[in-house]
Amino acid sequence: MARVVVDVMPKPEILDPQGQAVTGALARLGITGVADVRQGKHFELEVDDAVDDETLERIACQLLANPVIEDWRVTRR
Amino acid sequence: MNVGVITFPGTLDDGDAARAVRLAGGTAVALWHADHDLRGVDAVIVPGGFSYGDYLRAGAIASIAPIMTEVVAAAGRGLPVLGICNGFQILCEAGLLPGALVRNAGLHFVCRDQWLTVEAATAWTVDLVGREMLVPVKNAEGRYVADAATLAELEDTGRVVFRYAGGNPNGSLNDIAGVASADGRVVGLMPHPEHAVDPLTGPSTDGLALFTSVLRATTAA
Repeated sequence: MARVVVDVMPKPEILDPQGQAVTGALARLGITGVADVRQGKHFELEVDDAVDDETLERIACQLLANPVIEDWRVTRR
Repeated sequence: MNVGVITFPGTLDDGDAARAVRLAGGTAVALWHADHDLRGVDAVIVPGGFSYGDYLRAGAIASIAPIMTEVVAAAGRGLPVLGICNGFQILCEAGLLPGALVRNAGLHFVCRDQWLTVEAATAWTVDLVGREMLVPVKNAEGRYVADAATLAELEDTGRVVFRYAGGNPNGSLNDIAGVASADGRVVGLMPHPEHAVDPLTGPSTDGLALFTSVLRATTAA
């Protein structure tokens, strides 16, 4: 078995209102100096050794991420 | 004319979509997400709601349901398909329509009656093009986005079907409320025409024209 991490973030050109809400909330905690927050998703997969990198890429781009609006990175741990 | 209405786990507005089909004079046929059978319908509606609880992304999991492989194949053969709200999200995730729907710009779930302009003649708008309509909007992820090249193509080829008028509830680029496929037979929109078919329960009866349009389009085909 192998551990795989897929991190998904909105593309830089996509407006991220959730990240903006988090930025605003930090200010209400009295924290200064945080210019921007962008919110994404972190997936942890446990896969058979037979699942190759090409399959992992398919998992990422065909389901875990929407390539129209998101970027992703697949990392084997 | 038989119009299929799909139910996924979490679909809410299949009932009203079926009722709109009946009020328009068609026969509503219930389609099940796990089936590979479109039951010979002449058109398909992918209705609104929260399929799969909007898990992962709204419409993402529904877009790969067994029934959707049939819808994608049939759309390739010219079957008219209408995606309403979550249905629009599902059609974008399935690749039948370009772009994507993301979280509303103001982060609010917007539930209000909304004016739309109808700008393109499609299988679902032949009775409506050039008119304005008042229909309910109710969603938190209705902001339509697409890259600059896609937006330009949609605008230049007349594939923006519905546009918000008198205010944009969610920050959609170019105030886009709904778009069409290149052949004009697949249409998606975020507002709910099926909730504007009866003066007792809706802000207008303007929505009924989408359902009468497709019955005319399928009779003529």
